[in-house]
Amino acid sequence: MASMREIKRRKESIQNTGQITAAMKVVSTAKLQKAKGRVEASKPYFQHMYDAMYSILAKSSNISHPYLQKNSSKKKAVIVITSNRGLAGGYNNNVVKLLTQGAHKKEDILVYAVGRKGRDSLRRAGFEIKADYSEVMNEPMFSDAIEIGRAVLDAFSNEEVGEIYLAYTVFKNTITQIPTLMQLLPVAVTPKEETEKPSIEDLVLMNYEPEPEEVLDQIIPKYVNSLIYGALCEAVASENGARMQAMDSASNNAQDMIADLSLKYNRARQASITQELTEIVAGASAIE
Amino acid sequence: MADNKLFRVQVVSPERIFYENDIEMLEVRTTEGEIGVLPGHIPLTSIIAPGVVRFKVNGETKEAALHDGFLEILPDKVLVLAESCEWPDEIDMNRAKEAKIRAERRLKGAEGEINVSRAELALRRALLRLELSEKYKIKH
Repeated sequence: MASMREIKRRKESIQNTGQITAAMKVVSTAKLQKAKGRVEASKPYFQHMYDAMYSILAKSSNISHPYLQKNSSKKKAVIVITSNRGLAGGYNNNVVKLLTQGAHKKEDILVYAVGRKGRDSLRRAGFEIKADYSEVMNEPMFSDAIEIGRAVLDAFSNEEVGEIYLAYTVFKNTITQIPTLMQLLPVAVTPKEETEKPSIEDLVLMNYEPEPEEVLDQIIPKYVNSLIYGALCEAVASENGARMQAMDSASNNAQDMIADLSLKYNRARQASITQELTEIVAGASAIE
Repeated sequence: MADNKLFRVQVVSPERIFYENDIEMLEVRTTEGEIGVLPGHIPLTSIIAPGVVRFKVNGETKEAALHDGFLEILPDKVLVLAESCEWPDEIDMNRAKEAKIRAERRLKGAEGEINVSRAELALRRALLRLELSEKYKIKH
């Protein structure tokens, strides 16, 4: 059995760690609330943008536009959104796994990294990091999304890449976050469920000013930007949700370990007292 | 306004729902020029150019700076998706002044076409902000 002092030292160290994890949990809970508010606030814009995109594409089926078709390049740009800090359970690893265990070949992928953790592990795994926007993760703004969007769209129109993907963690609720790989370009708008009768909006003949092609030329980048912004906001919320959970279970584990060690410590104390007593009694009887 | 009909307008920006109300008339600048929207306008999708947007409601006119986005006129409502949009009292004049100087400086020593068009856009945004905040500072 370990000595009393050893057990005591170990217990104290776990107590300290437990204090840190408990504090971190409180911090990430507070941050999560803030991030959740942002996700909520960005949702209407994104939803309207999606609806608008969908209705434009649905009403004008014969539009041909470079953003709607694959180009000749086989390369794929992937915007990978992870966190700058660890201690968030499997959060970063799950996003990275989308690429390392995904269907796409490593050689075909160009990574646009947002978040230091994902960037580092992908670099170690041998992926090509095209650009790094890690500092964005601290406080994502819409202008950051515009900047990233511009970079990937430029690569797409220069035929450096043929497809653009977004790898991030969808924030479903505080305890569920789903790592997702989503296609940005060519635009793949999944049709809504067929309703029995088309709504009024579907029947209207839309006019475009300027021409539909030019309108799409302007709107698709905005659509991509809004998706990136939405993903950034959700990723921040997911990160804090994941960290909150990880820290919660770490604190619980620390409690369990402390309880276990306290028991061991008390036993050791009891044992040493008993031993001392036996020694004294034995010594006294030897003198007589 | 003869029959005083209203229509719903929604201005949505990434950070918030900027404005939502039933109004009499909407004025907005598109890439094709300024347009005014009254109830019963034909369906139209257009791109927004930096400019002042005006909402006319109950005879009063509200103004805001609208920088970028697009506009969708549907039979039952008008939807403006704005990448950035501000009320006059939200504009930071000092920042706008700085941005204006920066953009002008860049335009003078610019090389490459992308930078010129970007700086021009920035300049237009700064001028719009200054114009609007100047106007409302005098009023209040």
